[in-house]
Amino acid sequence: MEPGEIHALLGENGAGKSTLMNVLYGLYQPDEGEILVDGRPLRLKGPSDAIAAGIGMVHQHFMLVPVFTVAENVMLGAEQVKVPFAGFLDRRRARREVAEVSERYNLRVDPDAVVEDLPVGIQQRVEIVKALTRDVDLLILDEPTAVLTPQETDELLTVMRSLKAAGKSIVFITHKLGEVKAIADRITVIRRGRTVGTAEPTASRDELAALMVGRNVRLTVDKEPARPGKPVLEVAGLVVDDDRQVRAVDGVDLTVHAGEVLGVAGVQGNGQTELIEAIMGLRPTLAGTISLDGESTHGWSTKKVLRAGVGYVPEDRSVDGLVKEFSVAENLVLDIYDRPPFGKGLSLKPDAIAKSAKERIAQFDVRTSSADAAVGTLSGGNQQKVIVARELSRPLKLLIAAQPTRGVDVGSIEFIHSQVIHERDIGTAVMVVSSELDEVIGLADRIAVMYRGRVIGIVGPDTPREEIGLLMAGITPDTAARTANEGGAAATADEDAAAPAPEGPGNEDEA
Amino acid sequence: MSTTAVPDVAVTAVDEGFWTRARKAGAVLLGLGVLAAVLFGALATDQQARFTLSETEGGAALEINGTVGAILFGVIAAAAGAALLAGVPKRWFTLLLGAGLVAFVLSFLCWQVSAAPEGRNFMPLVNVLRGTFVLALPLIFGALAGVLCERSGVVNVAIEGQLLMGAFSGALFGSISGSVWVGLVAAAIGGAFISLLLAVFAIRYLVDQVVMGIVLNLLAVGITGFLYERLMATDAAKYNSAPRFSNWEIPLLKDIPLIGPALFRGNIFLYLGLLLVLVIHLALFRTRWGLRTRSVGEHPTAADTLGVKVLRLRYRNVIMAGLVAGVGGASYTLALYSFTKNMIGGKGFIALAALIFGRWSPTGALLAALFFGFADQLATYLGAIGSSIPSQFLAMLPYLATILAVAGLVGRVRAPAADGKPYIKG
Repeated sequence: MEPGEIHALLGENGAGKSTLMNVLYGLYQPDEGEILVDGRPLRLKGPSDAIAAGIGMVHQHFMLVPVFTVAENVMLGAEQVKVPFAGFLDRRRARREVAEVSERYNLRVDPDAVVEDLPVGIQQRVEIVKALTRDVDLLILDEPTAVLTPQETDELLTVMRSLKAAGKSIVFITHKLGEVKAIADRITVIRRGRTVGTAEPTASRDELAALMVGRNVRLTVDKEPARPGKPVLEVAGLVVDDDRQVRAVDGVDLTVHAGEVLGVAGVQGNGQTELIEAIMGLRPTLAGTISLDGESTHGWSTKKVLRAGVGYVPEDRSVDGLVKEFSVAENLVLDIYDRPPFGKGLSLKPDAIAKSAKERIAQFDVRTSSADAAVGTLSGGNQQKVIVARELSRPLKLLIAAQPTRGVDVGSIEFIHSQVIHERDIGTAVMVVSSELDEVIGLADRIAVMYRGRVIGIVGPDTPREEIGLLMAGITPDTAARTANEGGAAATADEDAAAPAPEGPGNEDEA
Repeated sequence: MSTTAVPDVAVTAVDEGFWTRARKAGAVLLGLGVLAAVLFGALATDQQARFTLSETEGGAALEINGTVGAILFGVIAAAAGAALLAGVPKRWFTLLLGAGLVAFVLSFLCWQVSAAPEGRNFMPLVNVLRGTFVLALPLIFGALAGVLCERSGVVNVAIEGQLLMGAFSGALFGSISGSVWVGLVAAAIGGAFISLLLAVFAIRYLVDQVVMGIVLNLLAVGITGFLYERLMATDAAKYNSAPRFSNWEIPLLKDIPLIGPALFRGNIFLYLGLLLVLVIHLALFRTRWGLRTRSVGEHPTAADTLGVKVLRLRYRNVIMAGLVAGVGGASYTLALYSFTKNMIGGKGFIALAALIFGRWSPTGALLAALFFGFADQLATYLGAIGSSIPSQFLAMLPYLATILAVAGLVGRVRAPAADGKPYIKG
């Protein structure tokens, strides 16, 4: 690492990036090898040693106390105390320090705000301020953009540039190639705990991805044109509230046909989650109908919906998709544990479960030490593969995949995508909800864009990104087309207008 | 991944619509007030209800006709409720709610006192106030022990055991040495012994903290019961006759009417308890130790990444909790009674309730303890004047209040986020 350098650490999930950085931050002890700072070996017994050596870290899961104020979080561990009274906190000084640092690096935060009331992007800013008040020279950012909106990501990149200008070095851990190329001065790629290469930011996405995965990956999804059949899922006039009794889905009409992928795009929080939960029977519908193969699912339990041939990859795998403490084998039969051959009457059949688990693990390339390992010990990508394996092991009419590749490494993304397309090709209706526009464009045959609880437009996957982006911002195709002055390319809101794409979109490498 | 900390679901303010918390409380209060005015008013007699400032029937007193008082205070409670229901600025909420509840209690007392037989139809306020503090004292110590422990993330169900062990070792070593101070130190160490066990098993061996707490309570009952039988019951003069702290009267302050006799003629434990509330409150919210304690109770991983020694801090706090509870136990045996088997009799659990009712804050715990102490004292008083209300009903009050508190009627009760969760590094 050089001073004033942004060094990107790129690697798949489970490649060892976070572990390496935790060693650097003193949270873990190295088994072998040493860390050199300014040419001298450094032995870290704990994070305080790392801080003393000028190393700061912003963790992937924020290390902030939610009920504390910003100033309290910043001073924790390095408290300024009033001199005459032993141990009493000097809050005024802490507040002043926060103000100074935010001023100097243009990171605006209110020192008296309570952290849990702040949006995620601001919380991250607090983390950075926290590190900067400790006078660090080297700042480690562990997957900082995973939780940010595109706008917040842009702001973060700006902050990183200004830190660099101030002479701070930054280690930027990520698996998002675009960001690396946008900001890094040097790129180190890690795979399975080893450095496999160093690259310049001018390297192409494909080169970087190949280094990460160890083979060539397709960043786009190869697929045949869809052959849509009869409608499988029909949603009409659906109205659903969210947990706070605020209208989340406000009159959605959707149809998903057998053998096609309907992509649902939209900025998060525009009703996608509630829409899926309503379809799955997880959330009551206030108005409208949902029917599966022409039969209304009104009043069905989630179990009944699943049994009717609906596969569900939930948005948040750790909360809804898996029981972390259960083994991989157990998680693989969570949906059908009570059905033959896995269960009979009151008893489970461990042999059948183990045998099936073995097959699934091989078939879906789940990297685990054994079928009996707790699923929580697997990397994110492999956890997701377990869910996909489970859901695709039943005969399906409809597959609903929400954020199927969130927090998943490139290799697993490719695999999961190919599985989704395979499912489509055998005649299943597929609905993919994702906040990654590239993913929706890559997978979908038709794209429904949601905005404020409504489907604001349904377009083909060859629609220009900008146009879909405008739809996501609530600007309808007509107005969008008018402003862009290319009426021919614009699709109308009618779903018939969107023709299935002849092929996937081109590789937008240098985008 | 270094941590498994999953951020809790953000607590968003629920749009309550018309039925805000203030309105709900107001509706309840209105109902109580009307009930008091009608029922207590009907049951009260025409006798005067006397609230004497001294301990005897004579002397200065506040007097009111029983029926009039019961109805009047009932109406006041109802009016406070109606005001809340009608919608008032937020800062008035606590004031109105407090006033309404006090008026309800007064209405109840007007009935009870006026209905008491001649000669007993007065309420000595000094006695009631002093009794409230005496009965609240072990709760204050116990709840403070809970605050110290739970704010750092270790659930302390073992308060009962810590109090009992403190009471026992205070009595035993006080008796043997003949010194109250030796007894006091021994009591603190006795309490700390139980909490050291809690700390080792909860922090080092990751045993479920609630289960461990219950086991330790049973252990304390067992050990002290056995030693009581073997030592104290056989030779009480030698082993169970600890010297007692005398009352210290504080000059000037002791002469304040009502408050003076109740508060400033007490023993060392009363002063120590109140002082500890103040000290712990300041320390918890104003000092480095307090900030670190709270951070470890809320998000230990975050504290660890900033160089706070999570486990060491927890050990220290849990042991401090034991010291405090041990002294609380000594407030029995070094001031009031000789040791008897299981003499704490569930006070440790009421202290736990006070901790929750007081929302894990030292001052809140003090108020909760005083409220429970008052309910306890009232039960004794009503028994003495031959009331028709079974004393068991009043004894239920602390638990009832805690259930209501946990159900969210007294505002959001939120435990420290990491309370009861062992911290495993890495």
